Amino acid sequence: MSGQDPAAAFRIEAGELLDTTEQALLDLTHRLDSRDLIDTVFRGMHTLKGSGAMFGFDALAGFTHHCESAFDRVRKGQVQATEELVAVTLSAMDHMRALVECNAGDLEAESAAILKRLQAALSASPAPVHDAGIAPSTSQLSGDHDGDELPGGPWNVHFRLPVEAMANGTNPLVLLDELRDLGATRVAAITQDIPALDQLDPMQCHMAWDIELPTTVARDAIEDVFIFVMDEMELVIERSEQTLPAEIDGAADAVTTENGSAVVPQLLPGSAEPAGNRPAKAASESVRVPAERLDLLMDRVGELVIVQSRLAQLASAGISGPTGELALRSISEEVERLANELRDTMMVLRMVPIASLFGRFRRLVHDLARETGKTIDLVTDGESTEIDKTVSERLADPIVHLIRNACDHGLETKDERLAAGKSPEGQIRLSARQTGGEVLIKIEDDGRGMDRERVRAKAEACGLVQAGQVLSDAELLQMIFEPGFSTAAQVTNLSGRGVGMDVVKRTIEGLRGQIDLTSEPGKGSIITLRIPLTLAIIDGLLVRVGCGNYVIPLSAVEECIELSLETDIRSRGRSMIQLRERLVPFLRLRELFSTGTRPDPFQKIVVITSGGERVGLVVDQIIGSHQTVIKSMSSLHRSIPSFSGATILGDGGVALILDVVQLVALGQNREERLRAAG
Amino acid sequence: MPQDSAMQHFSATSWDENGQLEVLTFDIGGERLAIEAVNIREILDLLPETCVPGAPNIVSSVVNFRGKIIPIADLRVVFGMAAEVADHSGESAEGGSVSPAAADHRIVVIETELDSELIQIGLRADKVHEVAILDQRDSNEPPVLGIRWKREFVREFVRQPDCIIVLPDLQEIFRSMACAA
Amino acid sequence: MTSILTVDDSSSIRMAIRIALSGAGHDVAEASDGAEGLAKARGSKFDLIITDLNMPNMNGLEMIREIRKLPIQAGTPIIFLTTESDDAMKQEAKTAGATGWLVKPFVADHLLKVTRKVLGA
Repeated sequence: MSGQDPAAAFRIEAGELLDTTEQALLDLTHRLDSRDLIDTVFRGMHTLKGSGAMFGFDALAGFTHHCESAFDRVRKGQVQATEELVAVTLSAMDHMRALVECNAGDLEAESAAILKRLQAALSASPAPVHDAGIAPSTSQLSGDHDGDELPGGPWNVHFRLPVEAMANGTNPLVLLDELRDLGATRVAAITQDIPALDQLDPMQCHMAWDIELPTTVARDAIEDVFIFVMDEMELVIERSEQTLPAEIDGAADAVTTENGSAVVPQLLPGSAEPAGNRPAKAASESVRVPAERLDLLMDRVGELVIVQSRLAQLASAGISGPTGELALRSISEEVERLANELRDTMMVLRMVPIASLFGRFRRLVHDLARETGKTIDLVTDGESTEIDKTVSERLADPIVHLIRNACDHGLETKDERLAAGKSPEGQIRLSARQTGGEVLIKIEDDGRGMDRERVRAKAEACGLVQAGQVLSDAELLQMIFEPGFSTAAQVTNLSGRGVGMDVVKRTIEGLRGQIDLTSEPGKGSIITLRIPLTLAIIDGLLVRVGCGNYVIPLSAVEECIELSLETDIRSRGRSMIQLRERLVPFLRLRELFSTGTRPDPFQKIVVITSGGERVGLVVDQIIGSHQTVIKSMSSLHRSIPSFSGATILGDGGVALILDVVQLVALGQNREERLRAAG
Repeated sequence: MPQDSAMQHFSATSWDENGQLEVLTFDIGGERLAIEAVNIREILDLLPETCVPGAPNIVSSVVNFRGKIIPIADLRVVFGMAAEVADHSGESAEGGSVSPAAADHRIVVIETELDSELIQIGLRADKVHEVAILDQRDSNEPPVLGIRWKREFVREFVRQPDCIIVLPDLQEIFRSMACAA
Repeated sequence: MTSILTVDDSSSIRMAIRIALSGAGHDVAEASDGAEGLAKARGSKFDLIITDLNMPNMNGLEMIREIRKLPIQAGTPIIFLTTESDDAMKQEAKTAGATGWLVKPFVADHLLKVTRKVLGA
């Protein structure tokens, strides 16, 4: 991560930027008039162009510029976003990826082809098209060259800065130095407006200046000195009647040629040097790390340094007697602890949100829908769930295969769905969830479900089962994971590319994971991947119940409200709270955990959700948010519901992590029982 | 490795070829127990414990042991002994007015295999003694009718000049617990 | 040695700025968003702050406004980076208390010129 090559860093950023922009484009397909999405797409390309140009990716910047202009026009309402425009832009994104990688001229033909389609899409768009639109524009911000004033002068310049100029960081002395560098011959300060000392705010600027400058200076050059304060200040630049001494005129030529490149901070033509054309293989190996996790690592390193100095001290004092041995032992323990924690923290650095993995599938489903002519809706859930970067990468191919299968075989055509009384739109649901020491990834479709008879016939044909052999339903479904098995009656363009479910299964098992399939005829199939985690980190809300500390995964927390003593007393027996039109059941954790403590006078209810259901958890105190490194509990405690793991707090104590799914289910059950009891 | 075929326990005691066994002995509820020295990971002063609501009594809490969350087991519950000191939280041991007995309290961290998984467990001990060598010749099978000992949780009793040392069957204890949970 | 804080959510831009400025002998601190930038500005006096405007967790405008309230940074020049060609943005940043701006894309030379311009030679 600490490379010294901005171009390599840009490549990573560009990849991320392209991903986000692509997501927005995919969303845009469904909501063509969303201003937010259009803005996001525009901003993404705007940044890509700007940064690309900075690091010498000129081909990328040039190409992106056209797409940016197109979306600028959409943004300004000059043209409308159409499906075709989005589709072209999506292929443009792929092209930009290629340009990020090699920045070479051999992609020119493709660039031109895409731009031509872009132009066509724009022209076809309903709103009036005013101009050619995607001709390169001059977005350069060179100063306003009025052109009328080449070296003229000599000049009399009078200026007064805004009163707050100094407070805003402008140093008048620096401006005067600049004017002197231009050749100012006389500088006079006007001090009459300076207030009396007792009223003087030293950060305010009350002075004005009169300056004389020679003929050789261009008016632009003088204005450039004030460029940052020009709009707010008093500035008069006048030709002086007075003729300057000849010897100054003598130096004119040299000074004039330098004027053009004086102090203008703006863009000059001829951008950066190409910052290297090597494909950045190493760059793609980087991991982006939130700063607070680095802080954690830093803390550990800090402790290590302290222990090291203790060890050095001991070494120089010499280890003698029981005291010395005790000290050595304590240091050894400390080092062991730190080594463990450093290892854990390092692993945390490798964790990435699964969103980056899921993101790829939206494009896949979009393409599959186009290819199959089916309408497919992809729903994702739990994208903030974190998994190891390598695991995430290795999961990509299996999940691609599973999604292809679901789209191709699982989901029916529109007509079939309508005939079966379903909505015409098929749904693929991709969800991730962390429970205890593993991440569950589910790929669900609401299609036709597995055809048991066909599976059976195929299994018999492959010799996996004997005719007449009795198999349970689960055993039968397991057959599809056998090597050589494929249910595709006809090999289509999409699946049946020689990769079978057995390969998927082997990959998952290679990650020490499990794959399960459930399927209901007519309703759809669910594939569940269980991937074990040695370590995981979540954002948690730390709460106190009785004398114990507990962590609630922040992703499940909807809101926190006060449980007044009055409501608490009134609700005895019935544990429900009115929450905006709805009654929400709540659980008193103090009672659930049998703490035997008295309730805190200011109890809080933390409202959590899972699967659309809500439950309030009554806690004594909300301590705050907590970066929670999840530690698994020993097998002796793993079967206890309510907890999905534990974590270590800053003081070395342990807090248990609440299992949201279980608690919501518990709350809902109780509620149903209460309702049943009347 | 000689093994007594009469013993039908899940876990046999691994006497060496000279019929000896290196153990750590410690007191719990007035009885003396021993655990093979090879299974001992560490002896700790009491740590602040965190209760796990809903956990079986015998392992009602956990501690942070070098960054790992390990259960703390109270064998007194298994053997039906009365808790001698009601409060065994870390604070009481660190407090000023501690009885000399409480000052001896320790946690013995052992490592054992449970369902083919190696786990670490902290055992509460009232007092930890030295590492001792036991002799197989002093060993007795557990009596069929023990008054306070659940037979299935004891591998053997070893006679010593001043007391009888109990070799508990930890695997069996925790396995039964895992089933119950 | 002058100390300069650069605030940008793009690590490649930060890296480019750091390389250019430390090459010219400046001491460069970095922050990846407005909130972090503000925190660092609270912590120690800088001779110059260079910031992006479009950032998550507190954008550049907000950060500039907050920094202008800090006695420790009284009079510290703040340069913002902009790709916006519209003057409205520039004006807004100026009103927030910025000293000047630098238009992206820029090369090291531009950056150093602006730095010299606000710091003096």
